[in-house]
Amino acid sequence: MRLEMVRDLLRCEVLTGADALDTEIETAVASDSMSVVLASPQPRALMITALTNIQSVRTAQVAFLPAIMYVRGSRPTEATIKLARDNKTVLLSTQLGMFESCGILYSHGIGGGN
Amino acid sequence: MTEELLRRTFEIRGQDFENAGERSAEVTAILKDLDVDPNTVLRVGVVAFEAEMNVVMYAHRATLTFVLTDHEIVVEVDDEGPGIPDIDLAMQPGYSTATDKMREMGFGYGLGLPNIKKNSDVFSLQSEVGKGTNVHSVIRLMSYV
Repeated sequence: MRLEMVRDLLRCEVLTGADALDTEIETAVASDSMSVVLASPQPRALMITALTNIQSVRTAQVAFLPAIMYVRGSRPTEATIKLARDNKTVLLSTQLGMFESCGILYSHGIGGGN
Repeated sequence: MTEELLRRTFEIRGQDFENAGERSAEVTAILKDLDVDPNTVLRVGVVAFEAEMNVVMYAHRATLTFVLTDHEIVVEVDDEGPGIPDIDLAMQPGYSTATDKMREMGFGYGLGLPNIKKNSDVFSLQSEVGKGTNVHSVIRLMSYV
C-alpha cells in the first residue's frame, strides 16, 4: 500500500516527507515500546505509535522503517521532525486512536508481517 | 587471519536521553555505505541501539566500541554503573526495573537484553554490582555465516 493511501484512509496530516508518499509499505508494527518495534523489525513496515520523542525517529532509522504514523493527534517536536526530514523518514499524524488505525489498515490488507 | 577494517569508540553519558541512539544511527549509516548486507546492518543497529538505551537509562557512563573485520562486527559496551544483581532475571523477556520516565522514552519494557542476545551470534554479559556491566556481542557477516 502506498503511503498516500494510508494518508487518505486515516485522514493523516503529513508532517514531513510529502514528496515520498509514493513509498510502498507492506506491513505495520504498532507499539509505544521501541523495543517491541526492534524485536521483530520488518523492513518496509509502517510504525504506528503515540511515542513522539526523538527515539521514534531513531528507531525507524535503525530498523529501516520508511514511515511513522503518530496516533491520537500526537505530533513530535520540530527537532524530531527535522531529524526525520534529514533521514528521509515520512511522518504522518492521525486523529484516530491506535486500535482504530490498525483496524482500518488491517481491513485493507496490511498485516503484521510475522 | 582477521583483518580489522574499521573501529569506532563512543562515549555515552547516563540520562542523556536526547542523544541516545545517535551513535547507533551513525554506525548503521557507515555500514550501509560500506555495502554491508541490510540484514546484518539491521542486527548491528538493534544491538547497538538497545545497548545505548540501557546505558542511558541505568548507567553513569560507558564506552561503546564497534569493530568491523572482514568476517564479523563486534559491539562492546563497557559501563560504569550499578551493575546487574541477577543476570538470569535481567535476561527474561518482560523483566524490567525501568521507571515511568524511561518508559515514556519508549524503552524499559524488559526487551533490551533479549533483543541484543537474539541479534547476536555470540553474546556475553558480565556484571559486578556497584561497578558496572560489560556486554559483548558479535554479529557475523552474511558471507561468513
